[in-house]
Amino acid sequence: MERSLTLIALFAALIAALGLIPKLTLAFGVPITAQSLGIMLCGTVLGAKRGGLAAMLFVALVLIGLPLLAGGRGGLGVLASPSMGFFIGFPIAAFATGFVMEQMGRFPVAWAAGIAACVGGILTLYLFGIMGMMMMLQKGPVEALLLVSAFIPGDMIKAVLAGLITAALARARPASVLSRV
Amino acid sequence: MISLTSPVETHAHGWPAGAKIGALCAATLVLFAVGHVGWQAVFLGGMLVLYALPGRQFFTVGLARLRGLWPFIAVILLWHVVTRDLTEGMLITLRMLTAVGLANLVTMTTRLTDMMGVVRWLCTPLRAMGVKSDRIELAMALVIRFTPVLIDKGAMLAMAWRARAARRVGWRIVTPFAVLAIDDAEHVAEALRARGGL
Repeated sequence: MERSLTLIALFAALIAALGLIPKLTLAFGVPITAQSLGIMLCGTVLGAKRGGLAAMLFVALVLIGLPLLAGGRGGLGVLASPSMGFFIGFPIAAFATGFVMEQMGRFPVAWAAGIAACVGGILTLYLFGIMGMMMMLQKGPVEALLLVSAFIPGDMIKAVLAGLITAALARARPASVLSRV
Repeated sequence: MISLTSPVETHAHGWPAGAKIGALCAATLVLFAVGHVGWQAVFLGGMLVLYALPGRQFFTVGLARLRGLWPFIAVILLWHVVTRDLTEGMLITLRMLTAVGLANLVTMTTRLTDMMGVVRWLCTPLRAMGVKSDRIELAMALVIRFTPVLIDKGAMLAMAWRARAARRVGWRIVTPFAVLAIDDAEHVAEALRARGGL
């Protein structure tokens, strides 16, 4: 019980910290914010239930006014901004990632985590993100997809990284990768 | 951890958090129900007056927090110039600015402890179902305490990387970063158990 609670809390803190440390640079010079990588890792490492709870905890703390989103944003205003769908979708994306990860128990960790991150961290998250854009900016689904399409390649790279990092964690701390225990 | 509450003390700091959030919900519903661009301009003006009331410092800090919306505003207006219905574009951007501005206003005038009170109240139905909501509060406190700790550790990792590599800090530091978070979680869990557990 204590372990579940502290892992959930520390992964919520990890999502925040990944958004607030200076931007990481990929091999070919593209800077990325690692916050959505944190969401993917919640699911691939902690599994559906605990991963979803960690992301939910993060969302709750942003809403009550802590500047934990990338760029130091936070507060209730996030709910009225065009990217609100992505924000609301964080817990569901982490849950979906963890769910797929748990279903793929027979696959190698890296592959399972990479695929789970694609399904949860990209497909699910963008579904919510696009619905949020449609609502806040009064646009159709195609127009909303066009607005966010620039970020999809970066997130595909993050899904691959989530796979590699989860595999490394499964070697370094096998007992803590709860999606595989 | 610094919250987004304004250090400039306003009258609204003393109002109950639940009432402010309720009023915000009502105001947002009105914003989305009114489809006339003139009214939206009036609402935006009203919001600016609310920001100006506590004084200059509050006003400038408040407006600076809306800066993140400019890329969206630019894209939307450009889009509607191309589709030749600029009025619709104006309506959407004015509404978005006012809605975000009002929500930020509630955040700026509500202390973290008061917001936690709202969270506790929202957990009431969970308590009735047998969920122990003090665990949620403990988890929140842990995140607030450990985020700066992890940021410091991340900065140390980045420094260690820069001391050894010619290339810029890359994704490879995320693995040791996550290991540090996992180890911290295990230590805290052990400490909680040692003190009688949950």
